[in-house]
Amino acid sequence: MLAWTIYLSFAGTLVLALLPKGRPALARWLALAVAVAGLGLAVQGFVAGMGQGRITIVDLPWVPSMGVHFLLAADGISRVLVLLTGLAAVAGVLFSWNIELRTNEFFAFFLALIGGVYGVFLSFDLFLLFVFYEVAIVPKYFLIAIWGSTRREYAAMKLALYSFVGSAMVLIGLLAAYATAGSHSTGLVELAHAGLPVSFQMWCFPLVFTGFAILAGMWPFHTWAPTGHVAAPTAASMLLAGVVMKLGAYGCLRVGIALFPYGLDPWGFSFAGLGSWRDVFAVLAVVGIVYGALVALVQTDFKFVIGYSSVSHMGFVLLGLMTLNQIGVTGAVLQMFSHGIIAGLLFAIVGRIVYDRTHTRQFAELETMHLSKRLPFAAWAFVIAGMASMGLPGFSGFVAELQVLVGAWKVNPWWVAAAAVGIVVGVAYTWRALQKAFFSDALPAAHILEQEQAHKFAAITWPEVTGVVLLGGVSLAVGLYPRILLETIEPAVKALLAGGGQ
Amino acid sequence: MNYADLFRATLPETALEVAALLVLVVDLGLLRKAALKVRVAVAALLGVAGCGAAAWFLLQQGTEGLSYQSSGELLLTTGGFTAAAQVGILVLTALTLLLLIDADFTHHVGEFVAVVLMAATGGLLIAAAQDLLVIFVGLELLSLGLYILTAFAKRSGKSAEAALKYYLFGGMSAAFLLFGFSYLYGLTGSTNLHQILLMVYGWNASQTAPLLYVAIVLVAAGLGFKVAAVPFHLWAPDTYEGAPAPAAAFIASVSKVASFALLIAISTAALHVFDDGPAMPVSPGFLVSWSLILTVLSTASMVLGNLAALAQTSVRRLLAYSAIAHAGYILLGLAFFSYSSRSAAAVLYYILTYGLTTVGAFGVVAVVERATGSDRLESFLGLHKRNPLLAAVLLVLFLSLAGIPPLVGFWAKFNLFAAVLGVSAGPVPFALVALAVAFSAVSLYYYLQVLKRAYVMPAVDESPMKAHPVTLAVLLGIAAAVVVLGCFPALLEGWIANFVK
Repeated sequence: MLAWTIYLSFAGTLVLALLPKGRPALARWLALAVAVAGLGLAVQGFVAGMGQGRITIVDLPWVPSMGVHFLLAADGISRVLVLLTGLAAVAGVLFSWNIELRTNEFFAFFLALIGGVYGVFLSFDLFLLFVFYEVAIVPKYFLIAIWGSTRREYAAMKLALYSFVGSAMVLIGLLAAYATAGSHSTGLVELAHAGLPVSFQMWCFPLVFTGFAILAGMWPFHTWAPTGHVAAPTAASMLLAGVVMKLGAYGCLRVGIALFPYGLDPWGFSFAGLGSWRDVFAVLAVVGIVYGALVALVQTDFKFVIGYSSVSHMGFVLLGLMTLNQIGVTGAVLQMFSHGIIAGLLFAIVGRIVYDRTHTRQFAELETMHLSKRLPFAAWAFVIAGMASMGLPGFSGFVAELQVLVGAWKVNPWWVAAAAVGIVVGVAYTWRALQKAFFSDALPAAHILEQEQAHKFAAITWPEVTGVVLLGGVSLAVGLYPRILLETIEPAVKALLAGGGQ
Repeated sequence: MNYADLFRATLPETALEVAALLVLVVDLGLLRKAALKVRVAVAALLGVAGCGAAAWFLLQQGTEGLSYQSSGELLLTTGGFTAAAQVGILVLTALTLLLLIDADFTHHVGEFVAVVLMAATGGLLIAAAQDLLVIFVGLELLSLGLYILTAFAKRSGKSAEAALKYYLFGGMSAAFLLFGFSYLYGLTGSTNLHQILLMVYGWNASQTAPLLYVAIVLVAAGLGFKVAAVPFHLWAPDTYEGAPAPAAAFIASVSKVASFALLIAISTAALHVFDDGPAMPVSPGFLVSWSLILTVLSTASMVLGNLAALAQTSVRRLLAYSAIAHAGYILLGLAFFSYSSRSAAAVLYYILTYGLTTVGAFGVVAVVERATGSDRLESFLGLHKRNPLLAAVLLVLFLSLAGIPPLVGFWAKFNLFAAVLGVSAGPVPFALVALAVAFSAVSLYYYLQVLKRAYVMPAVDESPMKAHPVTLAVLLGIAAAVVVLGCFPALLEGWIANFVK
C-alpha cells in the first residue's frame, strides 16, 4: 500500500499540470486531498508495519541487463520518515492555502517533490533511490525560483547546483560500487553483501557520505540551506527543512553507512587528533551544531534564524549517525522526524502567519509591531514551537537530542561537551527571536499606533490553525510518548548496524 | 560481388535516392504552380515515405553484408549494430522532415528535401562501410549535403557565413582524412579495414612504422571534425547558429549518429579482427594509440564544451557547445571499448537518444525563433504563458540533456559510464568518468538558464505563440518518447540488443 504514496503524488502532479487555469480553489482542494490521502496511506503503513521488520512492497525487474530492480520496501526507518513526509505534505498544503500566483503549477511542483521524497524513503534499490533523489531536485528549483522571495533566483540556482553536485558525487560512488561489486545487482541488500574491499570502502565512503551530507546541511557545505530556506515560499521552506534535508541524512545512513561499513574504521594513523572518517564527520557535525547556533544568534532576519537553526539541528542527526551505536543512531532517526515537524512549524509561523501579514521579517520592524497583542495566536504558537526547538522535555526534540548525546558520550565525551554549547546557544537564539519578534517593549511612533488601529491584520484562517495544531500536536505526542516511534525505529536500526541485514 | 548483390545490399540507400528523385520530379514538375504550404507538405511526406521504405528494406536484410567474391573482403556490413544505427538515422531524418512542414526559409523545397535524403544516404553508407574508400565516399556524400543545407536560407547572411565556414573546415578535415587513408594504404597495401588491422597487428614494436601513428592522428582529426570533438569543433557553434533550423537539427542528429556509428564500427573491428582467423601475437601499438587519442579528444571536449556553454546567450550556440560536451562523453565510451557488445550498445543507446532529444530541441528553438525573430535567451521569456505545451516539451528535453532521471538522457549516461567502468575500473577511466559526471553537474546550470527564462522570469510579451499542429504533435511525440524511454529503459535497450543476435 505504501507504494501508492508515490504513485498518488505523481498522478496528482500530472492532473494539476493539466488542470485548466483560473481555478485556484480546485487546485488547492485537489492538492490537499492528495496530501491527506498520502498521509492516510503513511499512517496505515506505519500501523500495519508495527513489530515487523523489512516488508517488500513491489519488486519488478526494471533494467534486466544491469540488474536494476524497481524494488520498493519499508523497514522501521522508512516507515517513520514516510509518516513525516505525509505530515509535512499536509501541513505544506495548508500553509500554502493563500498562494494565488500560478496555483496549479505550484501544487504540481509541490506534489512532484513530495513524490520524489516518498520514493527515496521507500527505495531499496540503490539505483531507484538515486533516481527519486534526483527527481526531487528540479521541483525544488522551480518552487523557489518562481514563488520565492529574497534573492530567489540566486538561492534557487545555488540550491539546485549544490544538490546536483552532491548527487554527482553519489553517482560516481554508485558507479564505482556497482563496477567493483560485479554482482550485477543494484539492490541495497545485495550490494551490502557483495563484500566490497576495505580499501575501496575507505575512499568511496567519504565520497558518498559527503554527497548526501551536502543535502543534509553538513558544515561547511551548508550554505545553500539558509539562503534556500529564506528565499523559498513557506511551503517549500517547510519541505526543505522538514523532509529534503532528511533525504540527505537518510542517504548517509541507508547508503553511506550501510554499504560501506568499513569506511568508518580507523585509518591506522591519526592526523590532528582525527583517526578515521568517523572522527572527521563527527567533528564537522559538531562544528555545524555550534556554528549554526552562533550564526542564528546574530541574525536580523527572522527567517534566517530558523534557517541557521536547521543547520544546527541537522548537526545532531549527523553526530548521531557517527556514533554508530544503537542509541545514537536511533536518536538520529528520531531527530530527523522531530526536526522535520518542528522546523516545519517554525517556518510556517515565520513565513506564513507572520510575514504574510506584516510583510517584513526584520526584527527591527517587528519589534515595533506588538505582535504578541495583535497576533496572539502566532505568538503562542511560536512559544510552543520554540520550546520544542530548544529541546525542552515534553517535546520530541528533547528525546531525540538526548539519545544522540548519550550515544555520542559513549564514543567521545568531547563531542558532547561541544554540542552542549550548541544547545545553550540554541536556547539563547530562540529566546532572542521570541522576545524581539513578539514580546518587545519597544514603543512605536504615534503615527504607527494610529495605523495599527486603522489597519487590523487579517484574521487567522482555518488552514493555519489546523496546520499548527497538527504539527505542534505531533511534536508533543512524540515527546510525551516517544515509544510510539522508537519501537518502530529501534529494530530497524539494530538490523542496519548489524551489517547489511537491513 | 556482382551487381545483383550490390543492388540487394544497398536497397535501403537506393530507396532513399529514388525518393529524392521523386521529390524533385513532383516538386519541380507537378507542383510548380502550387502554394508553398502544399509543396512543403508533399515533399516532406514523400521524404518520410522514402525513409519508411528504406527502413523496411533494412529490416529485411540479413547479416551477410557485401564482399568481394575474389578476396572475400567486406565492403559493407548489413544487420547487427549497423542496422540499428541506420534505422536511427532514418527515423531522425523523418522527424527532421516532419519539422520542416512549418518552415518558410526557402522556396526551393524540393531541392531541400532531396538534399536531406541524399545526405541521409551518405549517413547510411558510412554506418555500414568497412572499406576506406566507401567510408570516404559516404562521408563526402553526407558532408556535401550538409554544406548545401546550411547555406539554404539564401536571404540570410548568417546562413551563408555558416556554410562557408563549415565548408572550409570540412574540406580541410576531409583532406586530413584522405591523407591519413593514403598513408594507411601505403603502409598496408589495402583499403579494407579488416586487412589493414590484420597487417598492423602483425607488426612487432620495432616494425611499427611511425607513419602509422601519423595516419591514426590524421584519421582521428578527420573523424573528430565530423563529431565536433575539441579541437576540431570550431565549425559547430557557427553552423548551428547560422543554418536554417531543420538543417541544424539534421546536422546535430543524423550526421552525429552516422559518424559515431562509423567510430563504433572501427572500434568493434579493431577488437574483433581475429574472431574468425587463427590467433596470433598482437602488437598493441594501434589499439593503445587509438584509445589514447580518443581519450584526449574526449577529455578536451567535455571540459571545453561544458565551460564554453556556460557563457552562451544564443540558445543555438548553447546547443552546439552542449553537443561538443556530449560528444566528449560518447568518445569516452569509445576510448574504453569492450570486446563484448556492451560498449557498442551503450554508445548506440546514447547517440540515438541524444539525436532524438536534439531534434526536438531544435524544433522548439525553430518555433520560438519564428515567433520572436531570434534565438537569444530573452526570446524564451514567458514561454510557459505563451505556449504551455511547447514550454513543457522544452522542460523535458533540456532536463533529459542535463541527465536528470527518469528521463532518457540519464539512462544513456549511466549506461555509458557503467560500460566504461565495466571495461576497466582502473584509476584513469575512473577519473575520467568522475570528470564526466562532475561536468554533467555543471551542465545543469546552462540548461536551467533557458528553462529559467521559460518558466521563472517575467514575460515581456505574453501574446500566445502559435506552433503548427504537426510541429507541435511531433514535438510532443518526441517529449513523450523521452519520458517513456526514460521510465522503461529496457525498451530501447532490448531493441538494440535484438540487432546484436
